Amino acid sequence: MARLHVVTGKGGTGKTTVAAAMALSLAEQDKRVLLVEVEGRQGLAQLFDIPPLPYVERRIAHGPGGGEVYALAVDAEAALLEYLDMYYHLGRAGKALDKVGAIDFVTTIAPGLRDVLLTGKVYEATRRKAHGRLAYDAVVLDAPPTGRIGPFLNVNHEVADLAKVGPIRNQADAIMGMLRSDVTRIHLVTLLEEMPVQETLDAVEHLEELDLRIGSVVVNMVRNSPLDDDALALAVKEKLPTVEIAKGLRAAGITASKELVATLVLEARDHAVRVGLERENRDRIDALGKKVTQLPLLPEGIDQGALFDLAEELRG
Amino acid sequence: MSAMDLDSVIDDPGTRIIVTCGSGGVGKTTTAAALGLRAAERGRKVVVLTIDPARRLAQALGLTELDNTPRAVAEVSTANGGRLDAMMLDMKRTFDEVVLAHATPEKAEQILANPFYLALSSSFAGTQEYMAMEKLGQLHKQAERTGEWDLIVVDTPPSRSALDFLDAPERLASLLEGRFLRLLLAPARGPFKLMSAGVNMAMSVMNKVLGAQVLTDVQTFVAAFDTLFGGFRQRAEQTVALLREPHTAFLVVAAPQNDALREASYFAERLREEGMPLAGVVLNRVTGTHAPELSAERSLAAAERLDEAEKSPLAAAVLRLHADKMQQVVGDHKRADRFRRGHRSIPTVEVPALADDVHDLTGLRHIGELLTAV
Repeated sequence: MARLHVVTGKGGTGKTTVAAAMALSLAEQDKRVLLVEVEGRQGLAQLFDIPPLPYVERRIAHGPGGGEVYALAVDAEAALLEYLDMYYHLGRAGKALDKVGAIDFVTTIAPGLRDVLLTGKVYEATRRKAHGRLAYDAVVLDAPPTGRIGPFLNVNHEVADLAKVGPIRNQADAIMGMLRSDVTRIHLVTLLEEMPVQETLDAVEHLEELDLRIGSVVVNMVRNSPLDDDALALAVKEKLPTVEIAKGLRAAGITASKELVATLVLEARDHAVRVGLERENRDRIDALGKKVTQLPLLPEGIDQGALFDLAEELRG
Repeated sequence: MSAMDLDSVIDDPGTRIIVTCGSGGVGKTTTAAALGLRAAERGRKVVVLTIDPARRLAQALGLTELDNTPRAVAEVSTANGGRLDAMMLDMKRTFDEVVLAHATPEKAEQILANPFYLALSSSFAGTQEYMAMEKLGQLHKQAERTGEWDLIVVDTPPSRSALDFLDAPERLASLLEGRFLRLLLAPARGPFKLMSAGVNMAMSVMNKVLGAQVLTDVQTFVAAFDTLFGGFRQRAEQTVALLREPHTAFLVVAAPQNDALREASYFAERLREEGMPLAGVVLNRVTGTHAPELSAERSLAAAERLDEAEKSPLAAAVLRLHADKMQQVVGDHKRADRFRRGHRSIPTVEVPALADDVHDLTGLRHIGELLTAV
């Protein structure tokens, strides 16, 4: 069963929210789930309304099922120093590296080494054992956006081209092995709009080429239309029966001026056009043949309660 | 609070460069394309440099060929003597072209094949911004030389933050000129013994952790790239200077959401600090209605009354749609007003939200009209 859930999506689609809701939904009774962010945005702290997360795993919530959710903000520089210390006991030399700007270099430019460190930390947390059992039953990664997810997850494969031998190479092979195995599933968050859907389709194709496995597509912020299909078909053509609408308005105590009825018909047309586009986009998602999960738009915004609602939706 | 008159900006022959910026997903590219089209049809010779257009917008501009050079956009009216060319930035190709243009063929080959160059040119987070600047510089030079364009409209990369556009070139330049890279070069230039013990230790750690071959690759890359650094920095500085001149107009695009408006504030402030000319802020996709007198509350209450009486489900449904719309209208206007009050000296223009994405020149013309309706 998959234990590492990688959540990606175009910016603005709500990927951090979905990652958090997914972590909550996986936190069943007696389970421990780790929620990881890697982009230095402190998005989890903002979402859960807690102080910025340090480079330490700490419990931030309980899931609706009663389990625990821990959070970690991975910082590439700290991860590198930790790594050097763990494998090479390089306390002092690590500082020397820092002094000449090597740490800065490695984590900002050296091709993807930043991503190597970030994926390395996720790998370590996913495999970690404590008291004879896995430290975490599941790990949810709030990953980089769709535009960068392929290179991010495949970075350890690229490293193999740069470092043909040595400890980095061995580590890279091990991480790649986990990411391509049954342990890992990638979930793509999208809205039913052109750009996010296109990016989702492109990302699915790219990820599968890289031999990585898709878990599901999460269609986020879905609004239900108050109009049925027949009414939508009429609305698109601005042919909703004005007499009936005017009668209804009067019955509800609203002065049904010609202008008001015309405006309502126009607003219904705009709405129907958008619903039509959303349906086209939904068809394109469905054509992927992947599992699709739908989450509703929560007009009041996202707070802890809303996260729980979304978690319940994801639990199904 | 003043209204921005964009027609006078695009009609002014003194305006040579327009830069649209803002955080991702606010409609920068569409705004750039719509303004470029309008300027062209009003008689300017325009080239639009887009970074990452939506597929349908790219099709509208005829951007199907990815050859990193401007192509004429078909079906643009040339009645007023103008023209419109458009291109999409190919970041890696632009970088390659710079290398090919400024290094000896032998050295260029070495650089282009180096794995560190490949990574830097295709995935470093600041490269796109840097290359957008580079391309802008190139287009400007070409325009000066040949006179084929008298207005360049540039879209900026879809960064998380609009500030990345101004910061990334500096970041890349300082990285390429950084102390660490200098140190890596040192062994190639002088005896190792001149280096401090700390650096020696750092080098041996790098060797141990990364493997000797990685370090050799980096050193080869840096050595080969060394002669190019100066040129890179110099051209980036020239482009930045270009952006400070009065012939440039910055246009900040923001949607009426809190985070986008916050970004727009930061960016406007930053442009002021940098002495870069801000023409104004486009408040894009502001929800509007022709029936503002029917509030969300009344509309929803009416819909509920109809539901309870089991009367006219159709009227109840359109009332619910109107209630949703009014909530957005009120929210958008509140946020837009707050922004205008907070930035009284910045001219703004409001563009209403449209039901459909722009996918042809007619759609772009319509946006152009909305942008310039004063």
